[in-house]
Amino acid sequence: MSKHFFGDTAVLTGRSLTHILRSPDTIITTALTPIAMMLMFVYVFGGAINTGNSSYVNYLLPGILLITIASGIAYTAYRLFLDMQGGIFERFQSMPIARSSVLWGHVLTSLVANLVSLTIVVLVALLMGFRSGAGVLAWLAVAGILILFTLALTWLAVIAGLSAKTVDGASAFSYPLIFLPFISSAFVPTETMPGPVRWFAENQPVTSIVDAIRSLLAQQPVGTDIWVALAWCIGILAIAFGFAMTTYRRKIA
Amino acid sequence: MSTHTERSREPAIRVQNIEKSYKDLHVLKGVEFEVARGSIFALLGSNGAGKTTVVKILSTLLKADAGRASVNGFDVASQPGDVRESISLTGQFAAVDEVLTGRENLVLVAKLRHLNNPGRIADDLLARFSLTEAGGRKAATYSGGMRRRLDIAMSLIGNPPVIFLDEPTTGLDPEARIEVWDAVKELAQGGTTVLLTTQYLDEAEQLADRIAILHQGTIIVNGTLAELKALLPPAEVEYVEKQPSLEDVFFAVVGGDGAVGTSRTTNGVGPSNTTSNDPASADK
Repeated sequence: MSKHFFGDTAVLTGRSLTHILRSPDTIITTALTPIAMMLMFVYVFGGAINTGNSSYVNYLLPGILLITIASGIAYTAYRLFLDMQGGIFERFQSMPIARSSVLWGHVLTSLVANLVSLTIVVLVALLMGFRSGAGVLAWLAVAGILILFTLALTWLAVIAGLSAKTVDGASAFSYPLIFLPFISSAFVPTETMPGPVRWFAENQPVTSIVDAIRSLLAQQPVGTDIWVALAWCIGILAIAFGFAMTTYRRKIA
Repeated sequence: MSTHTERSREPAIRVQNIEKSYKDLHVLKGVEFEVARGSIFALLGSNGAGKTTVVKILSTLLKADAGRASVNGFDVASQPGDVRESISLTGQFAAVDEVLTGRENLVLVAKLRHLNNPGRIADDLLARFSLTEAGGRKAATYSGGMRRRLDIAMSLIGNPPVIFLDEPTTGLDPEARIEVWDAVKELAQGGTTVLLTTQYLDEAEQLADRIAILHQGTIIVNGTLAELKALLPPAEVEYVEKQPSLEDVFFAVVGGDGAVGTSRTTNGVGPSNTTSNDPASADK
């Protein structure tokens, strides 16, 4: 059964990467919204926000990267939904392939597409004055956190794509995820927020992930942030994967 | 290899007392039929009769609530992997990847069936289904008939012994229907067992060796076309009094050549394709 898992996953990943190459607008739109937000916050609101940091773009970038991922994975749900609708999903399922490779193809495609979008956003940030003296290890750690976060949200997107009834439903689940960084330390320090909001902001996953990435890029000690961030990413990943697989088995059996 | 020879004596498809419900909707209530190897079997039924449900159970996409089914000698519930090796499904909606070209669709399926030389397989099938010129174009640009042909071509990759065609001509124009019929006939000549579902009587008549009618959850009739026709009372000659139409009345009143002009009646019959020995045209 799983004899062909890697081969089938590679073939199906190649298929959906071809989809992206033929409509590169999905990557551009994914990167465009976060870039527009970055411009707004740095050049409009940024002057009035006191982060106690030398450069607001340095402060802002980690949160923007998470928003990029949150909007990018909506396309994964969308593509999966279209496969289910069009009948090609059933064709794959009735073939002698490793069945889960159909999902893994979409997941790996999501990872590649999001890494491309993230790279574009970082390049724009560099043009806007983002600078980091972080070494290779710190950058690898940042990349690792972002990959984990992408995988966690992608499996959430798989659940949405499998269970949605309409195209809009398939991508609507990502709106709260895009909004989550606004109630976190991504744009402003949490200290100025009123009690309950501050409590939420400091205890939701985005803050620890943003703080960990920010510290790594600023060559500051990461403290416990990175462990909390990793725990959130791995926890969400495990739960989303479990639910996605359950939904998938229910769909195909 | 005694199991192999046993298997080749088995019918290609055997369905025994299959039941399936969606919540409180009891779709299949004990469906039974067999399909002989190398034959074309048509499952006929109206919309919502459960034809697609039968096909999905046989192609391991759905599990039956009760009963047994085997395809190519393999049980669909306990040996789904072997069943998938033996079959190919062409679903109700032409399941082609619209973003990929026709050729890329074929190469994709050949790779997923783990065959050598996927490019050559694709080129051969493009030629066989008269798609060579369109092979480099995105499937999204294809006409309905071309999509169906591509769809069926994708189903042939790896030469599976059993092919399911779920309403292969629904939504196609007459010309495209004939293209698909030709493709199906060619398949059966090559020894492939074909189970097709349809709601068109003439399609079953054209293609199938055996026809089963699925109605209200069970197979109510199963036989060859001749057997099904024998179920009907023999054709009789009836004399029916012909009432004058308003046109007849009109010409009778105004006089003139219209008085005998029953040939002018425009009652919408008179199709040009009725043959002279057809009783319908003989009474003119």
